[in-house]
Amino acid sequence: MKHYEIFDKKDTRSGFGAGLLEAGKSNSEVVALCADLTGSVKMDAFKAAFPERFFQVGIAEANMIGLAAGMSIGGKIPFTGTFANFSTGRVFDQIRQSVAYSNKNVKICASHAGLTLGEDGATHQILEDIGLMKMLPNMTVINPCDYNQTKAATMAIAAYNGPVYLRFGRPVVPNFTAPDQKFQIGKAWMVNEGKDVSIFATGHLVWKAIEAGHILAEKGIDAEIINIHTIKPLDETAVLKSVAKTKCVVTAEEHQRHGGLGDSICQLLARNTPAPVEMVAVNDSFGESGVPEDLLKKYKLDTPDIVEAVLKVMSRRG
Amino acid sequence: MAEINELKRTASQVRRDIVRMVHGCKSGHPGGSLGCADFLTALYFDIMKHNPEFKMDGKGEDIFFLSNGHISPVFYSVLARSGYFPVKELATFRQLNSRLQGHPATAEHLPGVRIASGSLGQGVSVAVGAAQAKKLNNDTSLVYALMGDGEMQEGQIWEALMYAAHNKVDNLILTIDFNKQQIDGSTVEIMGFDDITAKISSFGWQVLHMNGNDMADVVKVMNEAKAACGKGKPVFVIMKTEMGQGVDFMMGSHKWHGVAPNDEQLASALKQLDETLGDY
Repeated sequence: MKHYEIFDKKDTRSGFGAGLLEAGKSNSEVVALCADLTGSVKMDAFKAAFPERFFQVGIAEANMIGLAAGMSIGGKIPFTGTFANFSTGRVFDQIRQSVAYSNKNVKICASHAGLTLGEDGATHQILEDIGLMKMLPNMTVINPCDYNQTKAATMAIAAYNGPVYLRFGRPVVPNFTAPDQKFQIGKAWMVNEGKDVSIFATGHLVWKAIEAGHILAEKGIDAEIINIHTIKPLDETAVLKSVAKTKCVVTAEEHQRHGGLGDSICQLLARNTPAPVEMVAVNDSFGESGVPEDLLKKYKLDTPDIVEAVLKVMSRRG
Repeated sequence: MAEINELKRTASQVRRDIVRMVHGCKSGHPGGSLGCADFLTALYFDIMKHNPEFKMDGKGEDIFFLSNGHISPVFYSVLARSGYFPVKELATFRQLNSRLQGHPATAEHLPGVRIASGSLGQGVSVAVGAAQAKKLNNDTSLVYALMGDGEMQEGQIWEALMYAAHNKVDNLILTIDFNKQQIDGSTVEIMGFDDITAKISSFGWQVLHMNGNDMADVVKVMNEAKAACGKGKPVFVIMKTEMGQGVDFMMGSHKWHGVAPNDEQLASALKQLDETLGDY
Protein backbone atom coordinates (compact mmCIF):
# COMPACT_ATOMS: atom_id res chain seq x y z
CA MET A 1 0.00 0.00 0.00
CA LYS A 2 1.45 3.31 -1.13
CA HIS A 3 2.21 5.80 1.61
CA TYR A 4 0.93 9.36 1.29
CA GLU A 5 2.45 12.12 3.33
CA ILE A 6 0.01 14.56 4.89
CA PHE A 7 1.35 18.05 4.15
CA ASP A 8 -1.12 19.71 6.49
CA LYS A 9 -4.82 19.65 7.31
CA LYS A 10 -7.09 22.12 5.55
CA ASP A 11 -10.67 22.55 4.40
CA THR A 12 -11.46 21.97 0.74
CA ARG A 13 -13.46 25.22 0.63
CA SER A 14 -10.18 27.06 1.23
CA GLY A 15 -8.73 25.20 -1.73
CA PHE A 16 -11.59 26.61 -3.77
CA GLY A 17 -10.89 30.12 -2.48
CA ALA A 18 -7.21 29.84 -3.38
CA GLY A 19 -8.01 28.43 -6.81
CA LEU A 20 -10.56 31.14 -7.52
CA LEU A 21 -8.01 33.82 -6.70
CA GLU A 22 -5.52 32.22 -9.09
CA ALA A 23 -8.15 31.86 -11.81
CA GLY A 24 -9.01 35.53 -11.34
CA LYS A 25 -5.38 36.53 -11.70
CA SER A 26 -4.80 34.54 -14.87
CA ASN A 27 -8.08 35.38 -16.62
CA SER A 28 -9.76 38.78 -16.38
CA GLU A 29 -13.06 37.29 -17.63
CA VAL A 30 -13.49 35.34 -14.36
CA VAL A 31 -16.20 36.89 -12.16
CA ALA A 32 -17.61 35.71 -8.84
CA LEU A 33 -21.13 35.91 -7.46
CA CYS A 34 -22.01 35.12 -3.88
CA ALA A 35 -25.29 34.79 -1.98
CA ASP A 36 -24.34 36.30 1.38
CA LEU A 37 -21.76 33.66 2.37
CA THR A 38 -18.54 35.26 1.14
CA GLY A 39 -16.43 34.23 4.12
CA SER A 40 -18.01 30.81 4.51
CA VAL A 41 -17.32 29.81 0.92
CA LYS A 42 -13.93 31.53 0.92
CA MET A 43 -14.58 34.07 -1.81
CA ASP A 44 -13.17 36.90 0.30
CA ALA A 45 -9.67 36.81 -1.21
CA PHE A 46 -11.12 37.12 -4.72
CA LYS A 47 -13.40 39.92 -3.55
CA ALA A 48 -10.47 41.84 -2.05
CA ALA A 49 -8.29 41.39 -5.13
CA PHE A 50 -10.98 42.05 -7.75
CA PRO A 51 -13.81 44.08 -6.19
CA GLU A 52 -15.11 45.15 -9.60
CA ARG A 53 -15.51 41.49 -10.60
CA PHE A 54 -17.23 40.40 -7.41
CA PHE A 55 -21.04 40.53 -7.18
CA GLN A 56 -22.85 40.28 -3.87
CA VAL A 57 -26.36 39.08 -4.72
CA GLY A 58 -27.82 38.76 -1.24
CA ILE A 59 -29.91 35.81 -0.13
CA ALA A 60 -31.34 35.24 -3.59
CA GLU A 61 -29.86 32.13 -5.11
CA ALA A 62 -32.32 31.84 -8.00
CA ASN A 63 -31.42 35.32 -9.14
CA MET A 64 -27.73 34.48 -8.75
CA ILE A 65 -27.96 31.59 -11.20
CA GLY A 66 -29.79 33.74 -13.74
CA LEU A 67 -27.31 36.59 -13.36
CA ALA A 68 -24.45 34.17 -13.90
CA ALA A 69 -26.06 32.79 -17.06
CA GLY A 70 -26.54 36.35 -18.34
CA MET A 71 -22.96 37.36 -17.57
CA SER A 72 -21.65 34.31 -19.42
CA ILE A 73 -23.40 35.55 -22.56
CA GLY A 74 -21.18 38.64 -22.49
CA GLY A 75 -18.08 36.43 -22.35
CA LYS A 76 -17.63 36.35 -18.58
CA ILE A 77 -16.76 33.16 -16.71
CA PRO A 78 -19.03 33.33 -13.66
CA PHE A 79 -18.36 31.34 -10.49
CA THR A 80 -21.36 31.22 -8.15
CA GLY A 81 -20.79 30.51 -4.50
CA THR A 82 -23.08 29.34 -1.73
CA PHE A 83 -23.72 26.19 0.28
CA ALA A 84 -24.30 23.02 -1.74
CA ASN A 85 -27.93 22.81 -0.69
CA PHE A 86 -28.70 26.31 -1.95
CA SER A 87 -26.51 25.74 -5.01
CA THR A 88 -28.54 22.82 -6.30
CA GLY A 89 -31.84 21.76 -4.75
CA ARG A 90 -33.03 25.30 -4.21
CA VAL A 91 -32.26 26.38 -7.77
CA PHE A 92 -32.59 23.19 -9.77
CA ASP A 93 -34.94 24.65 -12.37
CA GLN A 94 -32.83 27.78 -12.82
CA ILE A 95 -29.77 25.62 -13.41
CA ARG A 96 -31.69 23.28 -15.68
CA GLN A 97 -33.10 25.94 -18.01
CA SER A 98 -30.74 28.92 -17.84
CA VAL A 99 -27.44 27.04 -17.43
CA ALA A 100 -27.55 23.38 -18.49
CA TYR A 101 -30.11 23.47 -21.34
CA SER A 102 -28.77 26.84 -22.48
CA ASN A 103 -25.22 25.41 -22.18
CA LYS A 104 -23.77 28.45 -20.44
CA ASN A 105 -20.22 28.70 -19.17
CA VAL A 106 -21.25 28.93 -15.51
CA LYS A 107 -19.35 27.30 -12.63
CA ILE A 108 -21.64 26.39 -9.75
CA CYS A 109 -19.35 26.14 -6.75
CA ALA A 110 -20.87 24.50 -3.72
CA SER A 111 -19.44 24.42 -0.24
CA HIS A 112 -20.55 22.62 2.92
CA ALA A 113 -21.68 19.56 0.97
CA GLY A 114 -22.60 16.33 2.71
CA LEU A 115 -22.83 15.26 6.33
CA THR A 116 -19.52 16.84 7.33
CA LEU A 117 -21.13 20.27 7.34
CA GLY A 118 -21.80 19.05 10.87
CA GLU A 119 -23.71 20.85 13.54
CA ASP A 120 -26.10 22.81 11.28
CA GLY A 121 -27.94 19.56 10.66
CA ALA A 122 -30.02 18.00 7.93
CA THR A 123 -31.56 21.19 6.51
CA HIS A 124 -28.11 22.13 5.26
CA GLN A 125 -26.49 18.70 4.78
CA ILE A 126 -27.43 18.05 1.20
CA LEU A 127 -26.82 14.44 0.19
CA GLU A 128 -28.64 14.58 -3.13
CA ASP A 129 -26.68 17.25 -5.02
CA ILE A 130 -24.47 14.95 -7.08
CA GLY A 131 -27.53 13.10 -8.30
CA LEU A 132 -29.39 16.30 -9.16
CA MET A 133 -26.47 17.72 -11.09
CA LYS A 134 -25.29 14.59 -12.87
CA MET A 135 -28.76 14.02 -14.34
CA LEU A 136 -28.55 17.29 -16.24
CA PRO A 137 -27.29 17.04 -19.83
CA ASN A 138 -24.23 19.27 -20.51
CA MET A 139 -23.29 19.33 -16.81
CA THR A 140 -19.85 18.28 -15.55
CA VAL A 141 -19.75 17.16 -11.90
CA ILE A 142 -16.54 17.38 -9.87
CA ASN A 143 -15.93 16.45 -6.22
CA PRO A 144 -12.25 16.80 -5.31
CA CYS A 145 -10.68 15.11 -2.28
CA ASP A 146 -8.49 17.66 -0.52
CA TYR A 147 -7.31 21.27 -0.47
CA ASN A 148 -4.68 20.95 -3.18
CA GLN A 149 -6.95 19.06 -5.52
CA THR A 150 -9.82 21.49 -5.00
CA LYS A 151 -7.54 24.41 -5.80
CA ALA A 152 -6.31 22.69 -8.96
CA ALA A 153 -9.86 21.74 -9.96
CA THR A 154 -11.05 25.32 -9.54
CA MET A 155 -8.34 26.59 -11.86
CA ALA A 156 -9.08 23.80 -14.35
CA ILE A 157 -12.80 24.53 -14.61
CA ALA A 158 -12.06 28.20 -15.33
CA ALA A 159 -10.19 27.01 -18.42
CA TYR A 160 -12.96 24.60 -19.47
CA ASN A 161 -15.89 25.95 -21.50
CA GLY A 162 -19.25 24.64 -20.24
CA PRO A 163 -21.44 24.25 -17.16
CA VAL A 164 -19.70 22.72 -14.15
CA TYR A 165 -20.82 21.71 -10.67
CA LEU A 166 -17.89 21.82 -8.23
CA ARG A 167 -18.55 20.30 -4.82
CA PHE A 168 -16.42 20.81 -1.72
CA GLY A 169 -16.79 21.01 2.03
CA ARG A 170 -16.28 22.60 5.38
CA PRO A 171 -14.23 20.21 7.57
CA VAL A 172 -10.47 20.33 7.96
CA VAL A 173 -9.13 17.14 6.38
CA PRO A 174 -5.73 15.74 5.38
CA ASN A 175 -4.12 17.57 2.46
CA PHE A 176 -2.05 14.97 0.68
CA THR A 177 -2.25 15.41 -3.09
CA ALA A 178 0.51 17.27 -4.92
CA PRO A 179 0.41 21.06 -4.54
CA ASP A 180 1.41 21.61 -8.16
CA GLN A 181 -0.83 18.94 -9.66
CA LYS A 182 -2.42 19.38 -13.06
CA PHE A 183 -6.11 18.63 -12.68
CA GLN A 184 -7.56 16.73 -15.60
CA ILE A 185 -11.35 16.87 -15.75
CA GLY A 186 -12.77 13.40 -16.34
CA LYS A 187 -9.53 11.55 -15.66
CA ALA A 188 -9.62 9.25 -12.63
CA TRP A 189 -6.58 9.36 -10.36
CA MET A 190 -4.91 6.08 -9.38
CA VAL A 191 -4.20 6.36 -5.67
CA ASN A 192 -2.96 2.81 -5.16
CA GLU A 193 -2.63 -0.05 -7.60
CA GLY A 194 -3.91 -3.35 -6.23
CA LYS A 195 -5.45 -6.60 -7.37
CA ASP A 196 -7.98 -7.84 -4.84
CA VAL A 197 -10.72 -5.19 -4.83
CA SER A 198 -11.44 -1.85 -6.51
CA ILE A 199 -12.31 0.99 -4.17
CA PHE A 200 -13.76 3.96 -6.04
CA ALA A 201 -13.93 6.93 -3.68
CA THR A 202 -14.77 10.59 -4.09
CA GLY A 203 -14.39 13.74 -2.00
CA HIS A 204 -13.55 13.48 1.66
CA LEU A 205 -13.87 9.70 1.57
CA VAL A 206 -10.75 9.28 -0.59
CA TRP A 207 -8.59 9.72 2.50
CA LYS A 208 -10.81 7.31 4.42
CA ALA A 209 -10.27 4.82 1.59
CA ILE A 210 -6.50 5.23 1.94
CA GLU A 211 -6.77 4.58 5.68
CA ALA A 212 -8.85 1.51 4.89
CA GLY A 213 -6.22 0.39 2.37
CA HIS A 214 -3.56 0.27 5.09
CA ILE A 215 -5.81 -1.78 7.38
CA LEU A 216 -6.62 -4.13 4.52
CA ALA A 217 -2.92 -4.49 3.67
CA GLU A 218 -2.31 -5.73 7.22
CA LYS A 219 -4.94 -8.38 6.53
CA GLY A 220 -3.13 -9.36 3.34
CA ILE A 221 -5.65 -7.67 1.03
CA ASP A 222 -4.21 -5.65 -1.85
CA ALA A 223 -6.77 -2.94 -2.56
CA GLU A 224 -6.80 -0.81 -5.69
CA ILE A 225 -7.93 2.70 -4.75
CA ILE A 226 -9.07 5.16 -7.38
CA ASN A 227 -10.07 8.75 -6.74
CA ILE A 228 -13.08 9.55 -8.90
CA HIS A 229 -12.93 13.34 -8.59
CA THR A 230 -14.99 13.76 -11.75
CA ILE A 231 -18.27 11.91 -11.37
CA LYS A 232 -19.49 13.12 -14.73
CA PRO A 233 -18.12 12.45 -17.25
CA LEU A 234 -17.09 9.25 -15.53
CA ASP A 235 -13.71 7.80 -16.49
CA GLU A 236 -15.28 4.58 -17.73
CA THR A 237 -12.04 3.21 -19.11
CA ALA A 238 -10.29 3.45 -15.75
CA VAL A 239 -13.21 1.87 -13.90
CA LEU A 240 -13.64 -1.03 -16.31
CA LYS A 241 -9.90 -1.68 -16.47
CA SER A 242 -9.70 -1.89 -12.68
CA VAL A 243 -12.75 -4.13 -12.31
CA ALA A 244 -11.49 -6.45 -15.05
CA LYS A 245 -8.60 -7.14 -12.68
CA THR A 246 -10.30 -7.19 -9.27
CA LYS A 247 -13.81 -8.45 -10.14
CA CYS A 248 -15.35 -6.71 -7.11
CA VAL A 249 -16.05 -3.11 -6.12
CA VAL A 250 -16.58 -0.82 -3.16
CA THR A 251 -17.75 2.75 -3.74
CA ALA A 252 -17.37 5.44 -1.08
CA GLU A 253 -18.97 8.88 -1.02
CA GLU A 254 -20.61 11.41 1.23
CA HIS A 255 -23.94 11.28 -0.62
CA GLN A 256 -27.10 9.22 -0.92
CA ARG A 257 -26.73 5.79 -2.48
CA HIS A 258 -29.44 6.87 -4.87
CA GLY A 259 -27.96 9.08 -7.51
CA GLY A 260 -24.37 9.23 -6.35
CA LEU A 261 -21.03 7.89 -7.52
CA GLY A 262 -21.93 4.32 -6.59
CA ASP A 263 -25.04 4.56 -8.71
CA SER A 264 -22.97 5.68 -11.72
CA ILE A 265 -20.46 2.86 -11.20
CA CYS A 266 -23.23 0.25 -10.89
CA GLN A 267 -24.87 1.43 -14.10
CA LEU A 268 -21.56 1.25 -15.95
CA LEU A 269 -20.79 -2.25 -14.66
CA ALA A 270 -24.29 -3.55 -15.34
CA ARG A 271 -23.98 -2.39 -18.95
CA ASN A 272 -20.53 -3.91 -19.39
CA THR A 273 -19.09 -6.40 -16.90
CA PRO A 274 -21.41 -7.04 -13.93
CA ALA A 275 -19.54 -7.45 -10.64
CA PRO A 276 -20.55 -7.40 -6.98
CA VAL A 277 -20.63 -3.88 -5.52
CA GLU A 278 -20.90 -2.62 -1.95
CA MET A 279 -21.77 1.04 -1.52
CA VAL A 280 -20.48 3.10 1.36
CA ALA A 281 -22.98 5.95 1.24
CA VAL A 282 -25.97 7.32 3.10
CA ASN A 283 -28.81 4.86 2.83
CA ASP A 284 -31.98 6.81 2.01
CA SER A 285 -32.03 8.98 5.11
CA PHE A 286 -31.44 12.59 6.08
CA GLY A 287 -28.55 13.56 8.32
CA GLU A 288 -28.60 15.30 11.70
CA SER A 289 -26.60 17.68 13.88
CA GLY A 290 -23.26 16.52 15.22
CA VAL A 291 -19.50 16.71 14.94
CA PRO A 292 -18.41 15.66 11.42
CA GLU A 293 -16.37 12.64 12.54
CA ASP A 294 -19.23 11.39 14.72
CA LEU A 295 -21.65 11.77 11.82
CA LEU A 296 -19.40 9.75 9.52
CA LYS A 297 -19.31 7.01 12.16
CA LYS A 298 -23.05 6.98 12.79
CA TYR A 299 -23.97 7.00 9.09
CA LYS A 300 -21.34 4.34 8.32
CA LEU A 301 -19.10 6.41 6.07
CA ASP A 302 -15.95 5.88 8.11
CA THR A 303 -12.74 3.91 7.56
CA PRO A 304 -13.98 0.73 9.30
CA ASP A 305 -17.10 0.81 7.14
CA ILE A 306 -14.98 0.76 3.99
CA VAL A 307 -12.94 -2.15 5.40
CA GLU A 308 -16.11 -4.05 6.24
CA ALA A 309 -17.55 -3.37 2.77
CA VAL A 310 -14.38 -4.73 1.17
CA LEU A 311 -14.51 -7.95 3.18
CA LYS A 312 -18.16 -8.37 2.31
CA VAL A 313 -17.79 -7.74 -1.41
CA MET A 314 -14.78 -10.06 -1.64
CA SER A 315 -16.80 -12.84 0.03
CA ARG A 316 -19.66 -12.21 -2.41
CA ARG A 317 -17.25 -12.52 -5.33
CA GLY A 318 -16.00 -15.81 -3.90
CA MET B 1 -36.33 56.21 -37.52
CA ALA B 2 -38.63 53.96 -39.45
CA GLU B 3 -41.98 55.34 -40.51
CA ILE B 4 -44.82 54.44 -38.17
CA ASN B 5 -46.88 53.18 -41.07
CA GLU B 6 -44.05 50.98 -42.24
CA LEU B 7 -43.78 49.44 -38.77
CA LYS B 8 -47.53 48.85 -38.71
CA ARG B 9 -47.32 47.05 -42.03
CA THR B 10 -44.54 44.84 -40.69
CA ALA B 11 -46.54 44.12 -37.53
CA SER B 12 -49.49 43.03 -39.66
CA GLN B 13 -47.30 40.45 -41.37
CA VAL B 14 -45.91 39.35 -38.02
CA ARG B 15 -49.47 38.76 -36.83
CA ARG B 16 -50.20 36.69 -39.92
CA ASP B 17 -47.08 34.65 -39.21
CA ILE B 18 -48.21 34.10 -35.63
CA VAL B 19 -51.65 32.75 -36.42
CA ARG B 20 -50.34 30.67 -39.31
CA MET B 21 -47.54 29.15 -37.19
CA VAL B 22 -49.86 28.26 -34.35
CA HIS B 23 -52.45 26.89 -36.75
CA GLY B 24 -49.79 24.88 -38.58
CA CYS B 25 -48.76 22.87 -35.53
CA LYS B 26 -52.15 23.02 -33.80
CA SER B 27 -50.54 24.33 -30.63
CA GLY B 28 -48.79 27.35 -29.18
CA HIS B 29 -49.70 30.69 -27.69
CA PRO B 30 -51.35 33.18 -30.05
CA GLY B 31 -52.93 35.55 -27.49
CA GLY B 32 -49.83 37.07 -25.90
CA SER B 33 -47.92 36.84 -29.17
CA LEU B 34 -50.50 39.00 -30.98
CA GLY B 35 -50.58 41.46 -28.08
CA CYS B 36 -46.81 41.94 -28.21
CA ALA B 37 -46.49 42.06 -32.02
CA ASP B 38 -46.32 45.86 -32.20
CA PHE B 39 -43.73 46.07 -29.43
CA LEU B 40 -41.39 43.43 -30.83
CA THR B 41 -41.73 44.82 -34.34
CA ALA B 42 -40.77 48.27 -33.07
CA LEU B 43 -37.84 46.85 -31.11
CA TYR B 44 -36.31 44.86 -33.96
CA PHE B 45 -37.17 47.22 -36.83
CA ASP B 46 -36.54 50.57 -35.17
CA ILE B 47 -35.52 50.80 -31.52
CA MET B 48 -32.64 48.35 -31.13
CA LYS B 49 -29.27 48.58 -32.83
CA HIS B 50 -28.64 44.93 -33.58
CA ASN B 51 -26.93 42.68 -36.06
CA PRO B 52 -28.74 39.77 -37.73
CA GLU B 53 -25.28 38.29 -38.38
CA PHE B 54 -25.80 36.63 -35.04
CA LYS B 55 -23.06 36.46 -32.45
CA MET B 56 -23.92 34.95 -29.09
CA ASP B 57 -21.94 37.46 -27.03
CA GLY B 58 -23.80 40.42 -28.54
CA LYS B 59 -20.85 42.71 -27.90
CA GLY B 60 -21.36 46.20 -29.27
CA GLU B 61 -25.05 45.70 -30.09
CA ASP B 62 -28.35 45.93 -28.25
CA ILE B 63 -29.64 42.55 -27.16
CA PHE B 64 -33.08 41.28 -26.18
CA PHE B 65 -34.27 38.58 -23.80
CA LEU B 66 -37.74 37.07 -23.85
CA SER B 67 -38.57 35.88 -20.34
CA ASN B 68 -42.16 34.86 -21.12
CA GLY B 69 -40.92 32.28 -23.59
CA HIS B 70 -44.38 30.95 -24.46
CA ILE B 71 -44.92 33.88 -26.84
CA SER B 72 -42.22 32.37 -29.03
CA PRO B 73 -44.30 32.78 -32.23
CA VAL B 74 -43.95 36.57 -32.21
CA PHE B 75 -40.25 36.31 -31.28
CA TYR B 76 -39.51 33.87 -34.10
CA SER B 77 -41.48 35.87 -36.64
CA VAL B 78 -39.68 39.11 -35.82
CA LEU B 79 -36.28 37.39 -35.84
CA ALA B 80 -36.95 35.80 -39.23
CA ARG B 81 -38.43 38.96 -40.72
CA SER B 82 -35.39 40.95 -39.62
CA GLY B 83 -33.00 38.48 -41.23
CA TYR B 84 -31.72 36.18 -38.50
CA PHE B 85 -32.88 33.04 -40.30
CA PRO B 86 -34.94 32.16 -43.40
CA VAL B 87 -38.61 33.14 -43.15
CA LYS B 88 -39.66 29.78 -44.57
CA GLU B 89 -38.28 28.12 -41.45
CA LEU B 90 -41.26 29.53 -39.53
CA ALA B 91 -43.22 26.62 -41.04
CA THR B 92 -41.25 24.21 -38.84
CA PHE B 93 -42.45 25.75 -35.57
CA ARG B 94 -42.94 23.12 -32.84
CA GLN B 95 -42.24 20.25 -35.22
CA LEU B 96 -39.72 17.46 -34.87
CA ASN B 97 -36.10 18.40 -35.73
CA SER B 98 -36.93 22.10 -35.84
CA ARG B 99 -34.78 24.92 -34.50
CA LEU B 100 -38.04 26.63 -33.55
CA GLN B 101 -38.82 24.85 -30.31
CA GLY B 102 -42.13 25.39 -28.54
CA HIS B 103 -40.27 27.66 -26.15
CA PRO B 104 -37.08 29.45 -27.24
CA ALA B 105 -33.90 27.44 -26.82
CA THR B 106 -30.23 27.72 -27.66
CA ALA B 107 -29.61 23.99 -28.04
CA GLU B 108 -30.58 23.99 -31.72
CA HIS B 109 -28.55 27.15 -32.33
CA LEU B 110 -31.35 29.28 -33.71
CA PRO B 111 -29.79 32.67 -34.50
CA GLY B 112 -31.17 35.43 -32.30
CA VAL B 113 -31.86 33.33 -29.22
CA ARG B 114 -29.34 33.71 -26.38
CA ILE B 115 -31.05 31.82 -23.55
CA ALA B 116 -33.74 29.21 -23.10
CA SER B 117 -36.94 30.53 -21.56
CA GLY B 118 -40.33 29.11 -20.80
CA SER B 119 -40.07 28.20 -17.16
CA LEU B 120 -41.15 31.64 -15.99
CA GLY B 121 -39.33 34.14 -13.83
CA GLN B 122 -35.77 33.54 -15.02
CA GLY B 123 -35.28 35.89 -17.96
CA VAL B 124 -35.08 39.10 -15.97
CA SER B 125 -32.15 37.78 -13.93
CA VAL B 126 -30.43 36.74 -17.14
CA ALA B 127 -31.00 40.18 -18.68
CA VAL B 128 -29.63 41.91 -15.58
CA GLY B 129 -26.53 39.69 -15.69
CA ALA B 130 -26.05 40.40 -19.39
CA ALA B 131 -26.38 44.13 -18.69
CA GLN B 132 -23.71 43.92 -16.00
CA ALA B 133 -21.44 42.03 -18.38
CA LYS B 134 -21.85 44.89 -20.88
CA LYS B 135 -20.73 47.33 -18.21
CA LEU B 136 -17.69 45.19 -17.41
CA ASN B 137 -16.90 45.12 -21.12
CA ASN B 138 -17.27 48.93 -21.42
CA ASP B 139 -19.97 48.20 -23.96
CA THR B 140 -22.44 51.10 -24.05
CA SER B 141 -25.17 49.25 -25.93
CA LEU B 142 -28.37 48.30 -24.11
CA VAL B 143 -30.16 45.20 -22.89
CA TYR B 144 -33.91 44.84 -23.44
CA ALA B 145 -36.17 42.28 -21.84
CA LEU B 146 -39.85 41.39 -21.94
CA MET B 147 -41.85 39.50 -19.35
CA GLY B 148 -45.50 38.72 -18.75
CA ASP B 149 -47.64 40.28 -16.05
CA GLY B 150 -48.66 36.91 -14.64
CA GLU B 151 -44.95 36.19 -14.48
CA MET B 152 -44.64 38.80 -11.75
CA GLN B 153 -46.06 36.13 -9.45
CA GLU B 154 -42.71 34.32 -9.61
CA GLY B 155 -40.53 35.29 -6.65
CA GLN B 156 -37.33 35.37 -8.68
CA ILE B 157 -38.62 38.44 -10.54
CA TRP B 158 -38.61 40.42 -7.31
CA GLU B 159 -35.12 39.20 -6.46
CA ALA B 160 -33.96 40.53 -9.80
CA LEU B 161 -35.83 43.82 -9.39
CA MET B 162 -34.17 44.43 -6.03
CA TYR B 163 -30.75 43.49 -7.32
CA ALA B 164 -30.87 45.63 -10.48
CA ALA B 165 -31.92 48.75 -8.61
CA HIS B 166 -29.42 48.24 -5.80
CA ASN B 167 -26.62 47.79 -8.30
CA LYS B 168 -27.74 50.68 -10.54
CA VAL B 169 -28.04 48.50 -13.64
CA ASP B 170 -29.12 51.45 -15.77
CA ASN B 171 -28.38 49.96 -19.18
CA LEU B 172 -31.45 47.76 -19.01
CA ILE B 173 -35.01 48.37 -20.23
CA LEU B 174 -37.48 45.81 -18.90
CA THR B 175 -40.95 45.82 -20.38
CA ILE B 176 -43.93 44.07 -18.86
CA ASP B 177 -46.76 42.87 -21.08
CA PHE B 178 -49.58 44.23 -18.96
CA ASN B 179 -52.53 42.47 -20.60
CA LYS B 180 -54.04 41.41 -17.28
CA GLN B 181 -54.65 37.86 -18.47
CA GLN B 182 -53.16 34.55 -17.51
CA ILE B 183 -54.07 30.90 -18.11
CA ASP B 184 -56.66 30.54 -15.38
CA GLY B 185 -58.27 33.94 -15.80
CA SER B 186 -57.55 37.60 -15.21
CA THR B 187 -54.55 38.62 -13.14
CA VAL B 188 -56.92 40.72 -11.05
CA GLU B 189 -58.80 37.60 -9.96
CA ILE B 190 -55.76 35.39 -9.55
CA MET B 191 -53.24 37.69 -7.89
CA GLY B 192 -54.11 41.37 -8.03
CA PHE B 193 -51.31 43.89 -8.50
CA ASP B 194 -52.97 46.93 -6.96
CA ASP B 195 -50.73 49.81 -7.98
CA ILE B 196 -47.96 48.29 -10.07
CA THR B 197 -46.40 51.69 -10.76
CA ALA B 198 -46.02 52.34 -7.05
CA LYS B 199 -44.65 48.87 -6.44
CA ILE B 200 -41.97 49.06 -9.11
CA SER B 201 -41.08 52.70 -8.37
CA SER B 202 -40.63 51.83 -4.71
CA PHE B 203 -38.15 49.15 -5.78
CA GLY B 204 -36.00 51.92 -7.24
CA TRP B 205 -36.77 51.65 -10.94
CA GLN B 206 -37.60 54.44 -13.37
CA VAL B 207 -41.15 53.62 -14.55
CA LEU B 208 -42.69 54.58 -17.90
CA HIS B 209 -46.10 53.79 -19.37
CA MET B 210 -46.91 52.79 -22.89
CA ASN B 211 -49.82 51.67 -25.02
CA GLY B 212 -48.30 48.56 -26.54
CA ASN B 213 -50.85 48.40 -29.33
CA ASP B 214 -50.37 51.96 -30.55
CA MET B 215 -47.24 51.89 -32.72
CA ALA B 216 -46.62 55.62 -32.47
CA ASP B 217 -46.77 55.44 -28.70
CA VAL B 218 -44.50 52.39 -28.60
CA VAL B 219 -41.83 54.19 -30.63
CA LYS B 220 -42.19 57.37 -28.59
CA VAL B 221 -42.04 55.71 -25.18
CA MET B 222 -39.26 53.29 -26.06
CA ASN B 223 -37.17 56.25 -27.22
CA GLU B 224 -37.91 57.91 -23.90
CA ALA B 225 -36.83 54.69 -22.20
CA LYS B 226 -33.53 54.77 -24.07
CA ALA B 227 -33.03 58.37 -23.01
CA ALA B 228 -33.74 57.38 -19.40
CA CYS B 229 -30.83 54.90 -19.42
CA GLY B 230 -27.50 55.80 -17.89
CA LYS B 231 -29.03 57.77 -15.05
CA GLY B 232 -28.48 55.36 -12.19
CA LYS B 233 -31.77 53.47 -12.37
CA PRO B 234 -32.94 50.51 -14.43
CA VAL B 235 -35.93 51.35 -16.63
CA PHE B 236 -39.29 49.59 -16.39
CA VAL B 237 -41.95 50.05 -19.06
CA ILE B 238 -45.51 49.14 -18.20
CA MET B 239 -46.95 48.21 -21.55
CA LYS B 240 -50.70 47.91 -21.74
CA THR B 241 -51.74 45.48 -24.44
CA GLU B 242 -54.79 43.55 -25.46
CA MET B 243 -54.28 39.80 -25.56
CA GLY B 244 -55.12 38.66 -29.10
CA GLN B 245 -54.79 42.20 -30.53
CA GLY B 246 -55.56 42.33 -34.25
CA VAL B 247 -57.87 39.33 -34.41
CA ASP B 248 -61.32 40.30 -33.17
CA PHE B 249 -62.45 36.96 -31.81
CA MET B 250 -59.21 36.45 -29.89
CA MET B 251 -59.31 39.79 -28.11
CA GLY B 252 -60.41 40.62 -24.59
CA SER B 253 -60.15 37.17 -23.06
CA HIS B 254 -57.60 34.79 -21.59
CA LYS B 255 -59.14 31.96 -23.63
CA TRP B 256 -56.70 32.39 -26.52
CA HIS B 257 -53.65 32.26 -24.28
CA GLY B 258 -52.63 28.82 -25.45
CA VAL B 259 -55.12 27.59 -28.05
CA ALA B 260 -54.62 27.23 -31.81
CA PRO B 261 -57.26 28.40 -34.30
CA ASN B 262 -58.99 25.82 -36.51
CA ASP B 263 -59.15 26.22 -40.31
CA GLU B 264 -62.20 28.48 -40.26
CA GLN B 265 -60.84 30.61 -37.48
CA LEU B 266 -57.53 30.93 -39.32
CA ALA B 267 -59.32 32.13 -42.45
CA SER B 268 -61.27 34.64 -40.42
CA ALA B 269 -58.10 35.87 -38.69
CA LEU B 270 -56.16 36.24 -41.94
CA LYS B 271 -58.96 38.34 -43.44
CA GLN B 272 -58.31 40.88 -40.71
CA LEU B 273 -54.53 41.02 -41.25
CA ASP B 274 -52.97 42.41 -44.42
CA GLU B 275 -50.29 40.32 -46.08
CA THR B 276 -47.70 43.07 -46.40
CA LEU B 277 -44.38 41.25 -46.76
CA GLY B 278 -45.50 37.93 -48.22
CA ASP B 279 -46.46 34.86 -46.23
CA TYR B 280 -43.79 32.22 -45.61
